[in-house]
Amino acid sequence: MARGAQPLGRIRALGVGVALAIAGFLGASVWAVAAKAAGRPGYLSAADWSALRFTILQAALSAALSVGLAIPVARALARRRFAGRSALITLLGAPFILPVIVAVLGLIAVFGRSGLLNEFLAIAHLPQVSIYGLTGVVLGHVFLNLPLGIRLFLQGWQAIPSERVRLAVELEGSRWWLLEWPMLRSVLPGALLAVFLICLTSFTVALTLGGGPKATTLELAIYQAVRFDFDLAKAAQLALLQLALGAAFAVIAYRGGAALGMGAGLDRQGISLAPTGHLSALTDSLWIMFAAAFLLVPLAMVVASGLGGLADLPAGIGMAVLRSVAVALAAAALSVALALALALRGGAVAMLAGSLPLATSALVVGTGVFLMLHGLINPTRAALPVTAALNALMGLPFVFRGISSSVEEIEANYGRLAASLGLFGRARLRLLILPRLRRPLGFAAGLAAAMSVGDLGVILLFSGGAQETLPLMMYRLMGAYRMDAAAGVALVLVMVSLSLFWLFDRGGRTNADA
Amino acid sequence: MLTLEKLRIEQGDFCLTADWSVPEGSITAIVGPSGGGKSTLLSVIGGYFSSTSGRILWKATEIGALPPGKRPVSTLFQDNNLFPHLTVAQNVGLALRPDLRLTGAEKVQVEAALAEVGLAGYGARKPGTLSGGQASRAALARVLLQSRPIILLDEPFSALGPALRREMLGLVAEKLGERTVLIVTHDPSDAREIAQRLVMVDAGVASAPVPITEAFERPSPALAGYLGQK
Amino acid sequence: MRKTHLSHVAGLCLIASGAMAETPVLTVYTYDSFTSEWGPGPAVEASFEETCGCDLKFVAAGDGAALLSRVLLEGASTEADIVLGLDTTLTEKALGSGLLAPHGDLAELDLPVEWTDPTFVPFDWGWFAFVANADTPAPADFEALAASDLKIVIQDPRSSTPGLGLVMWVKAAYGDRAGGIWSALADNIVTVTPGWSEAYGLFLEGEADAVLSYTTSPAYHLIAEGDASKVAWLFKEGHYMQVEVAGKIAGTDQPALADAFLNFMLTSGFQSAIPTTNWMYPAVTPEDGLPEGYEQMITPVQSLLYSSAEAQTQRDAAVEEWRAALSR
Repeated sequence: MARGAQPLGRIRALGVGVALAIAGFLGASVWAVAAKAAGRPGYLSAADWSALRFTILQAALSAALSVGLAIPVARALARRRFAGRSALITLLGAPFILPVIVAVLGLIAVFGRSGLLNEFLAIAHLPQVSIYGLTGVVLGHVFLNLPLGIRLFLQGWQAIPSERVRLAVELEGSRWWLLEWPMLRSVLPGALLAVFLICLTSFTVALTLGGGPKATTLELAIYQAVRFDFDLAKAAQLALLQLALGAAFAVIAYRGGAALGMGAGLDRQGISLAPTGHLSALTDSLWIMFAAAFLLVPLAMVVASGLGGLADLPAGIGMAVLRSVAVALAAAALSVALALALALRGGAVAMLAGSLPLATSALVVGTGVFLMLHGLINPTRAALPVTAALNALMGLPFVFRGISSSVEEIEANYGRLAASLGLFGRARLRLLILPRLRRPLGFAAGLAAAMSVGDLGVILLFSGGAQETLPLMMYRLMGAYRMDAAAGVALVLVMVSLSLFWLFDRGGRTNADA
Repeated sequence: MLTLEKLRIEQGDFCLTADWSVPEGSITAIVGPSGGGKSTLLSVIGGYFSSTSGRILWKATEIGALPPGKRPVSTLFQDNNLFPHLTVAQNVGLALRPDLRLTGAEKVQVEAALAEVGLAGYGARKPGTLSGGQASRAALARVLLQSRPIILLDEPFSALGPALRREMLGLVAEKLGERTVLIVTHDPSDAREIAQRLVMVDAGVASAPVPITEAFERPSPALAGYLGQK
Repeated sequence: MRKTHLSHVAGLCLIASGAMAETPVLTVYTYDSFTSEWGPGPAVEASFEETCGCDLKFVAAGDGAALLSRVLLEGASTEADIVLGLDTTLTEKALGSGLLAPHGDLAELDLPVEWTDPTFVPFDWGWFAFVANADTPAPADFEALAASDLKIVIQDPRSSTPGLGLVMWVKAAYGDRAGGIWSALADNIVTVTPGWSEAYGLFLEGEADAVLSYTTSPAYHLIAEGDASKVAWLFKEGHYMQVEVAGKIAGTDQPALADAFLNFMLTSGFQSAIPTTNWMYPAVTPEDGLPEGYEQMITPVQSLLYSSAEAQTQRDAAVEEWRAALSR
């Protein structure tokens, strides 16, 4: 069906406005950094090119592996029901929302030289493994991003209406070819892009697990330029390169994607996608166990090491928790509003604007914002609001990705009906869009909130020390030898993060009709 | 009088023309082979798709520029006629107020409409719990309540069994008989049952309406071919 | 009745705000671990405010490099009166900005090297060293380390001041042979972390036999945790120093107060807090001496330190050498 009249004029205009605002804001921050620079950037050195190559290579590998592994796991989770399934799904999201350094330390506790894996290998008289190097970087990235992939695909599977499943079964058609493969094709490009861009701007993982300067990424070059060389021109140049790369890949991903076109159902509960048969049940169980083991054992190590530190928590922990939660809620609300505006606009514009923040260097944007604010207000006073705003921006791509295909579906399935009833504007949002978005929205808002709790980069730039959030407190403890206390704060952080995520996610799923 | 004045609809390679009118208060069946453009024609009249040229007039006023919600047209689609997450009463209530802030009197009207289609007391149910026939009735109740003079039905009962379909058509004839109805149907006997006129859509032309008895007794070659007659 | 009360209250408010307006504020930019409740900050603030009749305000800005970055970003309009926490690898860059003013006469310093810098005042110092468990066989120097199977974790000189310190150390000790040393060390290095805390955390987890840290790190474990199991390796070539300094901002609105602070910085009121909160050697040994446990720390035979300008010129080449050697 071709598009005729455009009934959502105002909403679509708002979406375009939001997209322009995002692009403009990011551009302005980079420009602010460039403007402060003295002199022009030179050409990229050989080391920079080598960093660029490595950056793209590890990002591509990480994305392919994360997404590739996510598919069977998500399928298994979509098809099976078992006790604790809901809790497991929430927990599986944990690595994604942890501060990176916490996740890395947990991973090392399992896969490192003196980690669990090597201990088992030693007992079994097998040779030890060392993951440091490209392997470690990809492993780290898969650990951090597999949860995102799983959730995105799980959402896709859950969106297949049971009527279509019924139809496929009736026709004795292959559920795979008729339903699952088309669904995958529509979710895959977006998921690949998201993970690719996250890994493109990676810093801590690449360094800590990379084993040495062979594993240098662009983000490190930017960090060095800003902090050690104060070569802002170079920083801006590299940040723009990152942005350009991100935009290019976003366009490729957009072209590769396809609308879902499943049609709507009447939200009937019904036939499962799972074929009967022990073999498929077995493989599904294996995939679920693999995911649980891979993602949860390092998490368990983080918890274990944190338990010891709980006795040692600094006095300010209560306030830090409150601040972190407040910032997270504000960030989630803003993120959701922006993503909704973009998703309702749809199209390439939204996809691009919704992906750009992923490809930006948080350091450059933060520095740019710092420069922009510096003349107006004391950045320290604005630390928490600015952190919330920047966290919202950085969470936007995930919120957008979480809801955009659903918004498209709602439009495709019910747009005509709504138009015929004159259902527009706020009423449409209230009566049609939001109710049907509840599940993906709950997930996305939870994700944005949890990610904000774990953010360290922005708050460091602005806080001045007075406005301590949980990650900042952890960072300061780590810098002062107090590793046990830091682990304790990390544990508190994990609990707060997961609780927020679970609250939103659950809130989206209870009584959700979709 | 509903008039399609030199209407030309283009979609890619496909092209359809229509240039006729039907009187107010009549039921016209639209038949033709698949892919001929019947649904597209209805789509254009309903306002979901733009024509390339020509006008649509209702009682001599042009309605072609109006958005679907503002046209004097109600459409029943092949599917997705109800919002699954709203109750039946809410779905029907949307006819009166898109923001669903119904007054007491309006709520009574909703109940009455439901009773008219035989769904009294079903207001609190969700569409997913209804059978196909019940869902059709609910959608019909909403159409009744919308009180728009032109009704477009795009094979809305095709998923129902023959008896049920007959019943629904009877309901349509009974409740919507005074309005101007265009109904797309695949079953010629349905057309015979309730329509007064027949429009054949074939080979890029929606031909002028023909009185129903004449259509079947002396069918045009195209119609004969469609009906499978010699 | 009420009107009189209100006017009293108003009057009191006016007087109070007037009094507040008179208390000068000295803003000190420093790094995060300085101002935390377990760092030197609180004790220093309490001590200084006793005598200065002012309000001492700390603004924390990440680590040393972030601190420099912040000051440079703010430029001439910075609110800072004092910048405290740069080390000698960063001072040249700070000097180049023209934001800092020279200091006045200094008290006698207890550094192993002579301090000639006219702008910056050291407040604490330490020697870099590899820290390991006591039962790990200790190599005598870099060459012995490179030849052994021992595993070390170090920091990236492009993102971390200790990382940079290590590169400077090898350069200062070996000059033109530094590249060869790094090539030999390549197989000993487990990984390179962005900062000190990640590396130290990895070491404590058992990922490596040793970590690049300070000779005073074992003091933390000994004094604060009662754990005597950590030692620092003593290298024959000598150890590179990290000297942490403070400087006065030229455009400060509180020049007298800033000078007073710099002087205070070298007195016991400040220096006595350093050993057990910052875990470095104080620039001026406090009256009561160093805490018990410090005497067990190793003392290098030679202290290596590039001057501010030398560090700047050597840096890029040394880091590139490091990178090239380890990238093969």
